[in-house]
Amino acid sequence: MFHIFCPHCGEYREEEEFHAKGEAHIARPLDPDACSDEEWGEFLYFRKNPRGIHHELWVHAAGCRKFFNITRNTQTYEILEVYKLGETPSVVAE
Amino acid sequence: MQHYSGFGLLKHSLTHHENWQRVWRNPTPKKKYDVIIVGGGGHGLATAYYLAKEFGVTNVAVIEKGFLGGGNTARNTTIVRSNYLWDEAAHLYEHAMQLWEGLSQELNYNVMFSQRGCMNLGHTLQDMRDIERRVNANRLNGIDGEVLDAKQVQEIVPVLDCSEHARYPVMGASWQPRAGVARHDAVAWGYARGADAHGVDLIQQTEVEDLIVEDGTVVGVKTARYGEIRADRVGCVVAGNSSVLANMAGFKLPLESHPLQALVSEPIKPILDTVVMSNHVHGYASQSDKGDLVIGAGIDGYNGYGQRGSFPTIEHTIQAIVEMFPVFSRVRMNRQWGGIVDTCPDACPIISETPVKNLFFNCGWGTGGFKATPGSGHVFAASLAKGEMHELAKPFSMFRFHNGALVDEHGAAGVAH
Amino acid sequence: MSQKNRLQDGGRIDRSKPLTFTFNDESYQGYAGDTLASALIANGVDVIGRSFKYSRPRGFVAAGAEEPNAVVQLGATEATQIPNVRATQQSLYQGLVAASTNGWPSVETDLMGLVGKIGGKMMPPGFYYKTFMFPQSMWPTYESYIRKAAGLGRASKEKDVDIYDKMNQHTDVLVVGAGPAGLMAALSAAQGGARVIIADEQSEFGGSLLSSKETIDGKPAMEWVAQVVAELNEFDDVLMLPNSQVNGYHDHNFLTIQQHCTDQFADRAPNGAVAQRLHRVRAKWVVLATGAHERPLVFGNNDVPGCMQASAVSTYINRFGVVPGNELVLMTSNDGAYQTAIDWHDAGRHVVAIVDARKNPQGSLIDAARERGISIMVGSGLIEVQGSKRVTGVSVAPLNESGDKVTGAVAKLKADTVASSGGWSPVIHLSCHTGARPVWDDEVIGFLPGPTVQKQLTAGAINGAFTTQAALSQGIQAAADALASLGLEVTDLSLPKTEEVIQDKAMALFHIPHNKPTSKAPKQFVDYQNDVTAAGIELACREGFESIEHVKRYTAMGFGTDQGKLGNINGMAIAAKALQKSIPETGTTIFRPNYTPVTFGAIAGRDCGELFDPKRFTAMHAWHVEQGAKFEDVGQWKRPWYFPKGNETMQEALNRECLATRESVGILDASTLGKIDIQGKDAREFLGRVYTNAWAKLAVGKCRYGLMCGEDGMVFDDGVTSCLGENHFLMTTTTGGAAHVLEWLELYHQTEWPEMEVYFTSVTDHWSTMTISGPNSRKLLEKLTDDDVSKDYFAYMDWKQMTVAGVPARVFRISFTGELSFEINVQANYGMHVWKALFESGEEFNLTPYGTETMHILRAEKGFIIAGQDTDGSVHPFDLGMPWAVAMKKPFSFIGKRGMQREDCVRADRKQLVGLKTVDPTVVLPEGAQGVFDPNAPIPMPMVGHVTSSYWSACLGRSIAMGFVKGGHDKMGEKVFYPLVDGRVVEAEICQPIFLDPKGERQHV
Repeated sequence: MFHIFCPHCGEYREEEEFHAKGEAHIARPLDPDACSDEEWGEFLYFRKNPRGIHHELWVHAAGCRKFFNITRNTQTYEILEVYKLGETPSVVAE
Repeated sequence: MQHYSGFGLLKHSLTHHENWQRVWRNPTPKKKYDVIIVGGGGHGLATAYYLAKEFGVTNVAVIEKGFLGGGNTARNTTIVRSNYLWDEAAHLYEHAMQLWEGLSQELNYNVMFSQRGCMNLGHTLQDMRDIERRVNANRLNGIDGEVLDAKQVQEIVPVLDCSEHARYPVMGASWQPRAGVARHDAVAWGYARGADAHGVDLIQQTEVEDLIVEDGTVVGVKTARYGEIRADRVGCVVAGNSSVLANMAGFKLPLESHPLQALVSEPIKPILDTVVMSNHVHGYASQSDKGDLVIGAGIDGYNGYGQRGSFPTIEHTIQAIVEMFPVFSRVRMNRQWGGIVDTCPDACPIISETPVKNLFFNCGWGTGGFKATPGSGHVFAASLAKGEMHELAKPFSMFRFHNGALVDEHGAAGVAH
Repeated sequence: MSQKNRLQDGGRIDRSKPLTFTFNDESYQGYAGDTLASALIANGVDVIGRSFKYSRPRGFVAAGAEEPNAVVQLGATEATQIPNVRATQQSLYQGLVAASTNGWPSVETDLMGLVGKIGGKMMPPGFYYKTFMFPQSMWPTYESYIRKAAGLGRASKEKDVDIYDKMNQHTDVLVVGAGPAGLMAALSAAQGGARVIIADEQSEFGGSLLSSKETIDGKPAMEWVAQVVAELNEFDDVLMLPNSQVNGYHDHNFLTIQQHCTDQFADRAPNGAVAQRLHRVRAKWVVLATGAHERPLVFGNNDVPGCMQASAVSTYINRFGVVPGNELVLMTSNDGAYQTAIDWHDAGRHVVAIVDARKNPQGSLIDAARERGISIMVGSGLIEVQGSKRVTGVSVAPLNESGDKVTGAVAKLKADTVASSGGWSPVIHLSCHTGARPVWDDEVIGFLPGPTVQKQLTAGAINGAFTTQAALSQGIQAAADALASLGLEVTDLSLPKTEEVIQDKAMALFHIPHNKPTSKAPKQFVDYQNDVTAAGIELACREGFESIEHVKRYTAMGFGTDQGKLGNINGMAIAAKALQKSIPETGTTIFRPNYTPVTFGAIAGRDCGELFDPKRFTAMHAWHVEQGAKFEDVGQWKRPWYFPKGNETMQEALNRECLATRESVGILDASTLGKIDIQGKDAREFLGRVYTNAWAKLAVGKCRYGLMCGEDGMVFDDGVTSCLGENHFLMTTTTGGAAHVLEWLELYHQTEWPEMEVYFTSVTDHWSTMTISGPNSRKLLEKLTDDDVSKDYFAYMDWKQMTVAGVPARVFRISFTGELSFEINVQANYGMHVWKALFESGEEFNLTPYGTETMHILRAEKGFIIAGQDTDGSVHPFDLGMPWAVAMKKPFSFIGKRGMQREDCVRADRKQLVGLKTVDPTVVLPEGAQGVFDPNAPIPMPMVGHVTSSYWSACLGRSIAMGFVKGGHDKMGEKVFYPLVDGRVVEAEICQPIFLDPKGERQHV
């Protein structure tokens, strides 16, 4: 079970308080109507799903209800950093 | 191929079992194949077997990074059923079911396919509406299915708590008598043995490091152990690692790899004859021929390649099992483990051409791939042999995620299994 | 039977506290401090069980968690049955009842043993894959016989009477194992100021010292243990957990400990006491001081009762005062096991011989054995045991230098006990749980913990440091490392001293060769519980199962309840030799949780039954119960389903409720609908983005219905949202969808549109909601309020703040029934008051309570959808025939707009929601029935859509239904057929899904 530092609460909390929400930094296209079906499908469904460094969105569902990002290794499950929405990750895959 | 039978066992016992033949060769790969299958799990091996046996393509290699059948084939809870809701999925899984029936004889390898029935419990009015809907669809698709009321459920599974006092009382169930379980390892080994006998090279302990793509066409794979191996067509059947391979070829898939956990109890005397699943209470169980209760959990919500998940998932699963079967409270959990399941947004697989020519993917089976093994292998083999997708595979193109023609089986897929 | 194997003195048992217990219906006596195993051995019980495949008699091999054979059924009553308890880990208590798990008619005389003897030859590994295939139809019969042999113990037939609970722990250092390394680590860490938990699976702390004659600082080792325990007791921040197995090591240093509270002392927990407790521990550092398991050697008939681990023999003698026989032969490949022969001799029994595979071993223990006159046969191997229910003798033969060949004549010795030692395997199980791969070490002759990302330290025998001195020193070091990382001060820790023992090099021996080839030799067991033999492993390798995982799976090695603690390394060594590889080359084997089996009840804790999932009740729940309502589970809520009166059937009750509502007035408790308070200057714009319809012009005091879609364009929720103020809205959601909708809104606000000023608050539980519906609803409301509720002042789709039954209320003139309708919302704690007031005033109108089922019928008569019943995540608003609820021209591309315009979503032949009227009006279609256009088509029949909602409408005097039909919106008046399970085919006409008052006049009055 993960031990997650909520950047909004400023504390470590148990994984049970959080929900993983998938890959981070997937922005909604600014002009959806201009997207082709393919582009819209890519936005909706297609994911990097890497083995290794993964930037992902989590929500402190049973806590402050805030969303934030985690950089985590999907193989070792190490959390490498936690950062707020709008911030850039400092740990990136090679 | 050496024929297996009870008589053979008797004969070999006289020579102290010293003369059994190898089940498969351990070949060094050739420079080039007609078809390379990446991934030596059940689906990959079944693909290779049918390619060679049904479609006459014998110049085939299966390249496996670990040992045959060592991924999700070795880690699933062995449930086989075909009671899917939508026509596309129902036809595919029923195709598999029909191949399961007779698979032991086909392979001359006892995969111990045991049709002890599978029950999906309903605990709410909406559950029961969904059960009616699915069973009706199944029957019109030629798939066996019945709707049971709580009393009938209790008769089939006496140890299930069907009382009114349960938090979510059992209202009824769907019941597929032809469903059941099979011996997972034997499926991989049986297909491997059959494929090998038809000339397929099974290359173990060989990780594919790259897919070689020239001018938008795949021409082979690069391995750490044997360098480049060329092929006219490449089929990737690597479950949880599909996105990693797709990335090598330069495209993304609509997949997320999640940990899926399972557990077994210590072996106890037979007490549960069928597979019992509950989406609502969220757990499922069957009992193996050795006596273990084989129990499945849901997926963990995060992406993970670690073949392990988080403990609360196990806790919730055990809570569900004890809630459903209070008499299991003093039974003890022996072992837990995890697989990496490649989940698709519509809970259906991808059996598909890709943006790269001659490169095909069979993936996205999520939590329920084992049951489809023979059907998946068969339609994928047909597609690889002809270079165009089999009729049953066509609805499962990866490009359905562009045009929106999803086959949403979340209801039928239900609890991870 | 007397305790014939019990020594007069010695051991850690209390001879003044005799305990009576029952095994296989016979009564025995043991002492406090015994395990069930030591007590049975004391009483001379040799056969404890039968083997799984060959039904061979089996006895005790070990004294701890690694025991493969002594697995028993425990429990004095039906409700307290526990299957598969390891007798070596169960403390003896007064009145304990145990039984063997296999054997018929008894474990002593098991007829299956005959089958095993005769059929055993035909049962090599994997035999079942090779047979039982012909004829195909016979497999269920074959399997039913296979299943008869399944299982060890049995589950109880009754509900568990015990209580289990959980405790969450946070600690600086968790020390696993309270042997010399663990105790030293715990004490040092505590002295350095750390919070410490130390857990050990045994009933007493001490680990290997419990059965050792060593000294520490010149005193008997257990005196040192007592002193350390006393010191640890002085620290407030030290938690000591005996009888507690650390079973799982999960990510981020989360570990689970199963503490046996009362089940080690009693059949049933005293009233109210907790039988077991699961500690869920988050540790900053973990010190694994888990010790090592001795490997028995593999030789012919090594499973005959009387063959034991050397260290187990010493444990029974030194800790329990029990000598498990009279005539001992010790087979060893190392010095350490000589101690067992010395212990045996010193207990006054006869050591027949020590057989050492090494040519010329030298060391202090060997000298000690020689001094006692014990005969030592060097360069030899014990190749075979004689006996069936007890060892009667052994065969010994000279071996070559590498120990893989018999080189001379076989000598026979008489003996009743064989102790063997092939060295020690570090207990690395926990270190593997988070994915670390163990590393083979040729010096240790075993696997050591592999590199890990966890905050994990190791000390003692787990590192291959097998002496007590090394364990103590590594314990201190581990604590020092942890303290340094925690920023705590390391005090000057003093290292206790032990006697020095000079030991010779051990030989890497696993499998003692026989003078016959392995395939023809008597069975040489590797994994006792699963009857895996050396010959079986060699066969697996010959057949091409070359990875250790294949070998394990093909032979079932390591899949027992002992998880291969004794056998795995031996099996890997045998496989490696057969494949002419090194042990690490055949692959490592990864251990999974649990280290030892854990009771389901303990993992479930209290979260079953009443506490499985919280129940949510509305403020009027007690009233509903009083009225005899039947309830429906919707999400976690208990909602009234219908209110039967007297002997009414469900349908009669529904008919009455429907008619009363349509004719006069009915009332629904709608409190469970999700309510989200939305405020902020951008609230309106936000609504426009998440709903499919337009919100820009909704005036204060007005309500509007909205559909919510995902980015794929598919409907997932709906509800009415009201404008409370220019920047203030109240959104309602479906009962089951409330939490998801709130998270959805937050997701979009926080990730996509953080610049918008808008705030969401769940207010579901703040309000009680009661809907009065029907032509007399206004008259009823008028009786309870002085406010103006007239048609002109309070129009349809308006809301008003008013006073109802003396309390402030928000009243919404919205209708889900198509009738004149008022939804009264009051603060939740006024709910019951207002509800009762309505009934007092409503008597004259025959105010009738109705539940969810009548609500469903009334809305279906009007064709209103229920999200989740008439939608399934694959339909968009146009499929539902609700284009009026989609504002495609809104300036912002609302969520769902792009998705519902994808190629597949605009097909003309999509399944579309329509009304359905059965040709025979008395027939009610089953919900879930599948429609076809051609009822005579062959199977598989092309299906065109299913029935989503279907009811008997008492108001219309006929059945009504809604459902999906392919291209249905263009097929009004056409027929669709429903072949049912019972063989009937119901014909229905496609119609608009509005069956009553299509112009909507009733709700506007």
